[in-house]
Amino acid sequence: MSDQPNTPTSNPSRPPPWNNPAVRSIVYQVIAVVLLGYFAWTILNNTLDNMARRGIRTGFSFLNNESGFGILLSLIEYDESSTYGRTFLVGLLNTLLVSVLGIFFATIFGFLLGIARLSTNWLIAQLASIYVEMIRNIPLLLQIFFWYTAVLQALPGPRDSIQLGDSYFLNNRGFYFPKPIFEDGFGAVLFALLAAIAAAIFIGRWARRRQDRTGARFPVFLTSLGLIVGLPLVVFLLVGAPLSFETAVLERFSFTGGSRVIPELMALLWALTMYTAAFIAEIVRAGIESVSHGQIEAARSLGLRNGPTLRLIVIPQALRVIIPPLTSQYLNLTKNSSLATAIGYPDLVAVFMGTSLNQTGQAVEIVAMTMAVYLTISLSISFLMNWYNRKVALVER
Amino acid sequence: MSATENGWQPAPDLPPPSSSVGIIGWIRQNLFSSPLNIFLTVVGLYIIYKAGVPILDWVFWSADFSGEDQSACTSGGACWVFVGQRLSFFIYGFYPESEYWRINVLFVLLAVLIIPQMIPAFPHKKWLGWFFLVGFPIVSYVLLLGGSFSLPHVETEKWGGLMLTLVISFVGIVFALPLGTLLALGRRSDMPVIRAICVGFIELWRGVPLISVLFMASVMLPLFLSEGAHFNKLLRALIGIVMFQSAYMAEVVRGGLQAIPKGQYEAAAALGLGYWRSMGLVILPQALKLVIPGIVNTFIALFKDTTLVLIIGLLDILASVQAAITDPAWSAVAAEGYVFTAVAFWIFCFGMSRYSQGLERRLDTGHKKR
Repeated sequence: MSDQPNTPTSNPSRPPPWNNPAVRSIVYQVIAVVLLGYFAWTILNNTLDNMARRGIRTGFSFLNNESGFGILLSLIEYDESSTYGRTFLVGLLNTLLVSVLGIFFATIFGFLLGIARLSTNWLIAQLASIYVEMIRNIPLLLQIFFWYTAVLQALPGPRDSIQLGDSYFLNNRGFYFPKPIFEDGFGAVLFALLAAIAAAIFIGRWARRRQDRTGARFPVFLTSLGLIVGLPLVVFLLVGAPLSFETAVLERFSFTGGSRVIPELMALLWALTMYTAAFIAEIVRAGIESVSHGQIEAARSLGLRNGPTLRLIVIPQALRVIIPPLTSQYLNLTKNSSLATAIGYPDLVAVFMGTSLNQTGQAVEIVAMTMAVYLTISLSISFLMNWYNRKVALVER
Repeated sequence: MSATENGWQPAPDLPPPSSSVGIIGWIRQNLFSSPLNIFLTVVGLYIIYKAGVPILDWVFWSADFSGEDQSACTSGGACWVFVGQRLSFFIYGFYPESEYWRINVLFVLLAVLIIPQMIPAFPHKKWLGWFFLVGFPIVSYVLLLGGSFSLPHVETEKWGGLMLTLVISFVGIVFALPLGTLLALGRRSDMPVIRAICVGFIELWRGVPLISVLFMASVMLPLFLSEGAHFNKLLRALIGIVMFQSAYMAEVVRGGLQAIPKGQYEAAAALGLGYWRSMGLVILPQALKLVIPGIVNTFIALFKDTTLVLIIGLLDILASVQAAITDPAWSAVAAEGYVFTAVAFWIFCFGMSRYSQGLERRLDTGHKKR
């Protein structure tokens, strides 16, 4: 239309390259990569320099060296002559042990608390919310110290143990309970248990198909319970009860025999459970409250009773809201279990990043390995979570 | 046809039965409405009787409050004499006693800056808030470290107690907030390399426990620096905490950025604003406002996590309590020390969480998805 002012280029609408967003973005990214590379290179150089000057060896060969220190609790064979590689494994297993137990107990306790907060009983709801508000706002490390130092260390010594029943003892050395000893033939009982579980799954599928076809229902839960408890019990009695218990016995100063839970594990587990349960309770409460009341009314108008309403309508919808934050609480619990090092529970951080690092001085390798373990756990769980989220996401119209 | 014509008067309404209104009605409805409910009430009362009463007894009724040393604690309850005697150590650490006033001035200043934020109608809150985030740290740095304005220098090894806890968490938030905002913007950038760097940084720190970050900061940081450069212990811990915290902050801010409707981005672009101006003038003010409660919650988590610095040997409030309870002059005072620390933390954290809940209600302008 109008005359464009003459420009040196043939195409007047093309901006100069430094105003072109595509060119700019490439330049910015190149600058970022160069800066990052320079930063990494400097750090690497400095680190190698410093390590050479301090006479620290590099590489992972230290994993085959003898560690020379004992570990309080180990799920696998371990002693002073084991290697650092084995130390790593022991620490990892101890971390997993306390995490799995903590997740198990925190889930149960957290769900109970969350339901209690929604109770129609005013007193129970208030007690639960006092608990949640109190525990959530106190640092976990403080709680671990409290249970370890102020409660468990203050227990009486072995001679005046607190006795629960005949064979359970609680004292400042830990909690003693009878150790089960499996004799010949116990394998048959385990086999029966597995068979019963398989049968229960099969019955469940069969019952569902039959209900879809005919509408007739089958008491799946009771049958499965009977099978899973009954079948192993019958086999157990048939093969002559191949199980005995070894009770802890008080000797001069301490107990021998039996199984022992060390106080470090008890304090850590207790604190982790109580702390995480308070967070889980809030998640459960929010999840249940997110199911709108209309859903329950709809279920009622279809003629469902309380149980099926909860099982078929409320819980599946609440779980969709509950599970993602619940998983991140599980991850938090696993990461928080590293606080073990403060009270001397031999977890990965304590034995590997603590003792092993002090002995070998190979900070870079050890810190990287430890972080890699936690990163692997976190990333794989969040990967699973994303998959689950896509699967249960509401398909909107 | 009215009621009076044929002489019939409707009887006046009877009051509701006394068992369904008032206190009795409330109790019947909330505590004894069904057999299960009655059972739960009994369980609740039993818990209060077995746990609540002894705790209250220990804390208040049979506790010792006044005295000089262990000999004053005879009644079997809590020995608060211990906390009273060591209180200044718990608050100031090894800070020289003649310089306590500097910390006290900062405490007062902190209160003066925070209290207006709680009052919705207070004027110039925004400027006070900016001073809180920018000016206050500078004032604190000058006052605490000393060495200028004829204030004697106090090296950071002497810092401790509640004051150190506050310093660490405050530095954490002041640096993590801008860094986290940048990371969040980077994570939503169109440039794949920038995005990858930010995602990698965020996921790395979020995937590992803080304690391993602190270990890394205290053991590996000295290796990273060229010879001669030296970081003291506090600075190393602070770097670790800021890295860790900024990753969490980035995720909070990202939530806010995602909640801003696309129309706002397009409107900013239509006005001809470039990237930084559209972010700074249009998007971030809205996004940050949306996530203030999330920021406060992250801050609460950070505040609780500062206790971890005791593992790498800094003397925060928990560490000073730990040190004091092993003092041979006092025996069996662990519980008192921990309860005191717990109450201190609880007051801060519960106060902040209430504040964030109130803010959430006040800031809810109806733009959020329901």
